[in-house]
This record gives sequence, C-alpha cells and structure tokens, in this order.
Amino acid sequence: MSVLVPTSLADALQALAEHPDATVLAGGTDLMVELNGGHRRATSVVVVNRVPELCTWRHDPITQTLRLGAGVTYGQIERDPIASLVPGLAEAARTVGSPQIRHAATIGGNVGTCSPAGDGLPVLSALNAEVELVSAEGIRSVPFASFMVGPKRTLREPGELITAITVPVVDGWQGYAKVGVRNAMVIATASASLVADARRGTVAIALGSVGPTILRCPEAEAYAMQHANFSERSLAADVVSHCCELVRLASRPIDDHRSTAAYRRHAVGVLAGRLLRRAFPND
Amino acid sequence: MTDTALPTDVRPGRLGHSTLRPDGVAKVQGTFQFSGDLTADGVLWGATLRSPHPYARILRIDVSGAWKINGVEAVITAADVPGVMTYGLIDQDQPVFASDVVRFVGEPIAAVAANHPDACRRALDAIVVEYEVLEPLTDPEKAVDGSFEPIHPLGNVFRQQRIVRGDQTIEGPIVVEGTYELGMQDQAFLGLEAALAVPDAGGTGVELHVATQWLHEDRKQIAACLGMADEKVRLVLGGVGGAFGAREDISLQVHTCLLALRTSRPVRMAYSRHESFLGHVHRHPCRIFMRHHADHDGRLRRVEARFVFDGGAYASTSSAVLVNGITHAQGPYKCENATVDGWAVRTNNLPCGAMRGFGVVQACFAHEAQMDKLAVAVGLDPLEVRLRNAMETGDRLITGQVVESVAPVQRLIRELAAMPLPGEPVGGHDRDPMRLPGGAGRTADVGNVRRGIGWAVSIKNLMYSEGFDDYSTARVRLADGVATVKFATAEVGQGFVTLAGQIARSVLGVDNVVLDQIDTQVGSAGSTSASRQTWMSGGAVDGACRLVRERMFERVALLHGVDPLGLVIEGTEVVDTVSGLRVEVSEASAGIEFDETFEHHHRPTEDLDEFGQGNCHTAFAFAAHRAVVDVDPELGLVKVVQVATVQDIGRALNPLSITGQIEGGIAQGVGLAVMEEIIQVNGHVKNASFTDYLLPTFLDMPDVVIGLVEEPEPQAPLGAKGVGEPPTVSSTPAVVAAIRDAIGKDLTRVPVRPTDIVFG
Repeated sequence: MSVLVPTSLADALQALAEHPDATVLAGGTDLMVELNGGHRRATSVVVVNRVPELCTWRHDPITQTLRLGAGVTYGQIERDPIASLVPGLAEAARTVGSPQIRHAATIGGNVGTCSPAGDGLPVLSALNAEVELVSAEGIRSVPFASFMVGPKRTLREPGELITAITVPVVDGWQGYAKVGVRNAMVIATASASLVADARRGTVAIALGSVGPTILRCPEAEAYAMQHANFSERSLAADVVSHCCELVRLASRPIDDHRSTAAYRRHAVGVLAGRLLRRAFPND
Repeated sequence: MTDTALPTDVRPGRLGHSTLRPDGVAKVQGTFQFSGDLTADGVLWGATLRSPHPYARILRIDVSGAWKINGVEAVITAADVPGVMTYGLIDQDQPVFASDVVRFVGEPIAAVAANHPDACRRALDAIVVEYEVLEPLTDPEKAVDGSFEPIHPLGNVFRQQRIVRGDQTIEGPIVVEGTYELGMQDQAFLGLEAALAVPDAGGTGVELHVATQWLHEDRKQIAACLGMADEKVRLVLGGVGGAFGAREDISLQVHTCLLALRTSRPVRMAYSRHESFLGHVHRHPCRIFMRHHADHDGRLRRVEARFVFDGGAYASTSSAVLVNGITHAQGPYKCENATVDGWAVRTNNLPCGAMRGFGVVQACFAHEAQMDKLAVAVGLDPLEVRLRNAMETGDRLITGQVVESVAPVQRLIRELAAMPLPGEPVGGHDRDPMRLPGGAGRTADVGNVRRGIGWAVSIKNLMYSEGFDDYSTARVRLADGVATVKFATAEVGQGFVTLAGQIARSVLGVDNVVLDQIDTQVGSAGSTSASRQTWMSGGAVDGACRLVRERMFERVALLHGVDPLGLVIEGTEVVDTVSGLRVEVSEASAGIEFDETFEHHHRPTEDLDEFGQGNCHTAFAFAAHRAVVDVDPELGLVKVVQVATVQDIGRALNPLSITGQIEGGIAQGVGLAVMEEIIQVNGHVKNASFTDYLLPTFLDMPDVVIGLVEEPEPQAPLGAKGVGEPPTVSSTPAVVAAIRDAIGKDLTRVPVRPTDIVFG
C-alpha cells in the first residue's frame, strides 16, 4: 500500500491524478475502522489532512454564505464562531462520536463517506449545501441532494477531491435531532433536520437513516410553508400532525439489527413534529 | 480466629482506610503493562482461524496454503494437540480445536504463528476448510423438549434441576404470574484477551503470562491439553483489564502454549474486539416463568418457577449458573413452599458461562417484577410488600438451607427509602438538553418526558457452592520491618492488591509491604469471582499475617521475658499490655525472617438432592436499589437519572474501593437494563463491535447515591462480605421497574428497547 501525504492542494490533486483509484484519508475515523477491521483494502491512500487550503473556512456576509473547507473538523463546527452561523450543523456535530473522534473527523470526510447515517448530512441536505469538487481538470459544484446517489455512493469521480462545502447562513431557525439507543456516541437509528428560512419563507426537512440516501420531504415542507406564520413563529397543531404523517410517508426505512422499519418510520415522524414545534413554538 | 471489630483507628494504608490502588497512577498515566503489552525477544504472533458457521460438519481442512506464506512458523489443528483434546471448567466438552463438527460461530479450528500479524492474517486466509453446513439449534426450548437431534455426543441438556419444598398444593388466594426474558450480555472488559507463552529449553515446559481470573485452574486445564505435568506449566498473571467472569474459561491459553512449544519461540496472542465477542463466554440468555401465591396481606405462600438458561455450544459453568438461578428464585424473602424447575441447555448460540451475578441476575429480574405485581394485586406500596416478606437471619431458603449470614433486608429497604431523591426536576435547573432522554441527540423537550421510580432488592450467594472447596493460599514473610506477601489471587481490577497491603499493615504493624509476583509458585487462591476474594484471599493473607505475628510475639516475649499473650500491635510497635514495653516491629523482626503460609477454607457445602434440597451455598449478601428514570415514551428513549443503593457489606475495609465496585456494578446493571445485548440471528452474531454493542457512556451513567450497612459477618475472616456482584444484581430490575412506573406498561424483557416502550 502506498501512502501519499501532500502538503498543498496542488500536490494533492496531482497525487489523485496519478492514482485515480486512491482512497482519500482525511480524519480517518471511517477509513481506519474499515481498514483495521479488514472490511476494506486500499492499494494507495492519499492523506489530505496536511493540506492547509482544506482546513480554512470563510463567512461571506455579502452573499450570506459559509464556505467550510473539507478539512474543517466537527470539533470546530460544534463550537463558535462556526456554531452560531450554522446552529443546526453544530447540533449534528455534537452527536458525532466522542470528543476525540470529533477532533479528527472532518465535514469533507462525512460527505465523502456519505453513509445514510452520516450525522451532518441531513443538515447539509436541508440547507441545500453545495459540494465543491476539484480535480486536475477543473472545479465543479454539485448540490448535496444530487451528490449523494446511494448508501456510500456519490457523484465524486476518480481523481476528484472534495474541497469545500458551502451552505447559506439562514435567517431563521434550524436544528437537528437524532435517535440512538444510547445518549451519546451512537449511530443514528433515525435522524431529522429542519431549516425554517424566515426571509425566504421556506421550510426544509431532511431525514437520515431511513432510506438509501438522505431524504427530503417535499410534501411536508410545502404543507408547512403554506400554513406557517414566520413572523409570529406559529404553526397550528393539526398542521404539525399532518406534516408528521407526511414525513412518515416520505421515509423508506429498513429492518436491521439496530432497529425496525416500523420504529424508524414512527421515530422520524416524532422528530419532525418536535423540530417543527421548536421552529414554530406557537400554536 | 474471627475478628469482627470495626476499626477504631483509620491509620492511612490500614483496614478501614480508603487506601489508593498501588497500580492506580500507572493505569491513569498509561504506563501499566496490560497482558496485551507483553513481548519478548524473537517473539512470534499467533492468530486463530474460526468457524463462520453456527453448526457444520467439517469435511476437510487443508492447511498447506498457510505454510506457503512468508514468515509462517507454525500451523496447528486438533491433530497437534498432544494431550486431552477437550477442556472445560466443569465438564471437559469443548475441543481445543474443532476437527469434525463446529458448534458456534467463532469456534477455533486452527492456529498459526508467524513473524508479523499480517503474515498471520494471510496464513489464516490460506487455510481451506470445507463444511457441510447444518441447520443450527438456536431455540433452547427445542433442547428442553428433546425435539432436536443431539448436537454434541453429551446431548443437548447440560443439567436439569428441580426444587420441591413444602406444600405443593398451595394456591392463592392472591396469584401473580409472568414470563420474563433476558438477552445475552457481554462482559465487555476493555483489556482484550492476550497472552505471552515462553517455552522452556527443550520444550519440556512453558511459562504463560496471561490475563485470567484463576491461574491454577487455567494451569490444570492447559497442562492436561498439553499432556504435561501441572508443574511443567507455570502461569504468571499478565496485567488484567477487567474480567467480570469472561476470563474464568480458557480462551487463547492452550493455543498460545502449543504454538510456543511447536516453534520453540515466545509467542504472543491478542484478540481483536470482534474476536473477543466470539472468543469468551457470555451471560446466559434466560427465559423465566414465575407464579407467586400470596395471602391478601401480601405474605408469600408459594413460589412456582421454570427457568431455561441458554448455555450455547459448550458446558462452561452452565450447570452452576442454573443452580444459582433456581436457588435464588424466592429472592430475599421468606417463602416456605416452592416448586421450581430449571434447565441449562446446549444450543448453537455463543457459549455462555460466568458473568457478574452468575444466574442470580436472571432470577432477580423475574422475582422483583413479580413483587411489584404482587404489590399492585394486594394494594400495597412496593416497599411495604417487600418489608412484610423480608428475609432474616435464621430463615430457611427453598433449598432447606438456613440463612446464617447477617441478613439486614428490612434495614436495607428502610434506609433506601430515606435516601435523597434527585434534587432537580426533569432536565435539571440549568435546562441542559443533554440531561434529557436522547442526550446529545437532542430528541426530547422537557414536556415530552415522564419520570418514574422503581425498587428492587436482592440476595446473592458468596463463594462457590455445591461441595466445592474453593480455598485460598497466602504466604507472608516479615524481615526488618518489611512484609512480603505472596498469593496467586488474580487482580482483575477489583483491588485485592490494595486490600492485601492493608491487611498486612494492620495485622503486622508495618508500613512497608511488598507484593510478590502473582503466579503459580504458591498455592491456589481460587477464582476471582463469586464475590469471594476479599473473604477468601483476604482470609488467607490475614491468616498468614497472624501466624507471622504470633512468631514475632514469641520472639519478643523470649527476648524481653514477657508473656506473648499480653502483646498487641499498636501503630508500628509491639506493645506489652502488662508491662508497657514497646518495641518497634522493625526491631522485633530485625535480622530474622518469619515465613508462614496459610490456607483459608470456607465451611463445607453440599450438593442438592433430586428435590433441590441441601446446604449448597456458603454465605449470602443483600442489596437494595432505587432507580429514578426519565423516559420519552413517544420515542422509547431512557435517561437513568439516579440510582440509590444500600448494600449489606459486613465491614468497609476500603470505602473508596467499595464505592468503585458499587458504581461499576450499577453501570453494568444499567447497561443490561437499557442497551447491552449481543444480537444473534440463527446463530450468527450481528453486533460484535463497540459500534453496535452499546455500553453506557458517561452521559448514560446515573448519579449514584450509596449507603453502606456495616453489620460484621461472623463467618467472614475480616467481617467483610464480598461487594462486587450485588450492585449488578438488583440495579437492573430497579431501572426496569422505574421505566414501567413512568409509562405504565408491562416490560418483561431486558434490555428494554425503544420498540418495547413505544409499541409494547
């Protein structure tokens, strides 16, 4: 196994161009578990955690966007100054593993692995995040919703590197909730994120661990938007109930050793209801 | 001689003082050498090939491919076992390597030694095993009813035992019943199985450094399989990172020794976490039916019960776990009449054996649920029904045995009821969402949460039972004021190394105690299990120290012309209570070595007869738990807020150490209550990793409030009862009772899953 440790973005892209089948290692919190467990073999590894360009982030007040370098860690995201710009993502960050894991785990790695249980992903989906991909050939930007095409399957091409995730800084409420059998350090049995953009008057709901990809709930979102009063932060109880039902219907869960499809479907409905009530506390 | 006086002085380092562990700083700083850290010059790595099938016939094993891997020095199978082909703690029914049939997923088939772990892995991959896959026996009831063909020459039933006592015709007037289930819990110690075997020159013997619970029993089984005399196999305790019962059985011991002897080189083996889940025994899954008959005032008249313990593929200690379970069916309550039937059976599930609580955890989960049902049926408070039935010293068990131990059950319950409840409301005064059920997942708001309170009380036997003489040995030398203590007691984290020093300092009046290496160069200490080492090895060290002290007193008496019977230890001096003579112990032991060895035996016990009657247990300890839980009923998530406990300990020899045992035991009990389970589907293990086998984190661990009842136990050499198991036994049913109280549902199975709360 060859291990390449580039120290600039240019070197990283060149390494990937020369080894298009290389496995990219950022924090290593997914990859090392798979390698050590013998579940995965890598012929070559490109280590990107010493690439300074990936470790920066920038808040642009003009465009109201936050650009997170792929190497920004969940430990950074769960704390200010990033946390107050994207509080929903910060909540998700806090649920990732232990402090040690969050210190190493990166947002780019989470997007690159793209597990349906990836903790940050429902928030990125609800925020309509853009994934920036760079290769020796050039740069492109892909909406997260189309970037993830299946469980741990993405649009990333050989030779491409995820360099940044860009999200809007939303004026409104955003949050994340995750069900696991333990109170911390646990894989999501079911999760949900809600973003209520008061300026645009939109509601976005995304679900994790209840389908092959992160799922959006367009019908529930539309119904909530139609009835929500953003200035008074109010939503009628029967609207919330109906939205929960629509969210349940949008989920596509399976049975496995972690839980049952019936429970997961039930749980995302409950989570959606509670997130709606947090976003719109008034009846 | 029994000394049950409570300590009047708490001089640092002596009995009654919260002396710190001698290995504590090294463990915290990461410099302590665990058995996985052991190595030697020229060492080879060993690895094990395991069965992927729960039940299959082996048609062919071809190891030739393994030999072609660069760096491989040995490849061994059953054909290379020079001695007895099987081992086991009670029945020797488990093969060192499977050769004709595999009976569980993970059963060893071959082992290799190579110069690098990667070479080991490639060698294992290169071994070809052809199987005829068979339909596994996974439902223990099919072993009970005999409907499944024997999966082992010794049959599918390890043991059946009845208990029939008193009037079998008693019915009602109040009858409560239920069927209860417990899933398979893993001990999940953090220090994985690991050993280093160093062969003697010429291969005539071997020295094995290993993390285990009982060096001498390991040696006996290893020597038999190696075809060697016991004394040719020397065991040294490797640093042990937890045990909880999982190290009572052989795992990698014989394999490591065989590879070392075969290669004439030191060999180290170390399991991965995945392998550890497959490679040691677990807590028995159990299904229990109970029916209690009581008077209208709540007093028990008869208990009926049926237990089925799933022992998995091999016997291990299943027959003893069964007896522990059924003989504790009544709980810590008076009951004259009983009709109990119990089975421990063989299946193609993972083998089960010892785990903290040893069969009593299962019984207690059932009888405590029953006591709550009885309280409802007769309209009493759950504590009142327990107080009315509380066992006392002198009562008879359903085995006919008289409880001679101190049995302060009423006092435990009364003091528990007076313990402070959590001072904060749901979510805490600071409204930190982390405190709510769901924790970091932030699933709940305060309004989604209901609080519940539950109670449970337990009785647990101490030491081994049914005629077993599990004695312990200690050797103590005293010279120039320095005591050297030697024993084979496995220190697995429980703190005997701390206690041994405290005993020697107290009895001999020394400040300087040296603990010799823990190995088989002294007599057996018995197992570090059954809450027995404080009593048994504590008794041995105490006895050896007293013999040494007697010799020292004789010498002082001779030198100073005083009566040895008038001499006592005060501080670090020998004091004559008659003349007032004072001699420093260092002076009294100057230029001479007193060297004494002592064996402590507990009083003999008996086998049960066919009606389950007999004085089968040695002694008993009691505990009571109260749990406060916050439940999110809609999502089925639980936060255990507080567990309060009052425990019958006899005497607090090291209060800090007791606190550690109680908090740790409660963590394990909480784990079984709400999350810990090895999930098997048709014999295949689905969660053999810490990703999916969930242990409580800091955020899952409740506040613990502890009360100790100190009524010195006359039978115990130091007046102290073992404290390790009771915290695990009744904490689980207390937590489940609290969840029931919060949501008003009949939860009959642990761990309680979110689906049980939501849909149950």
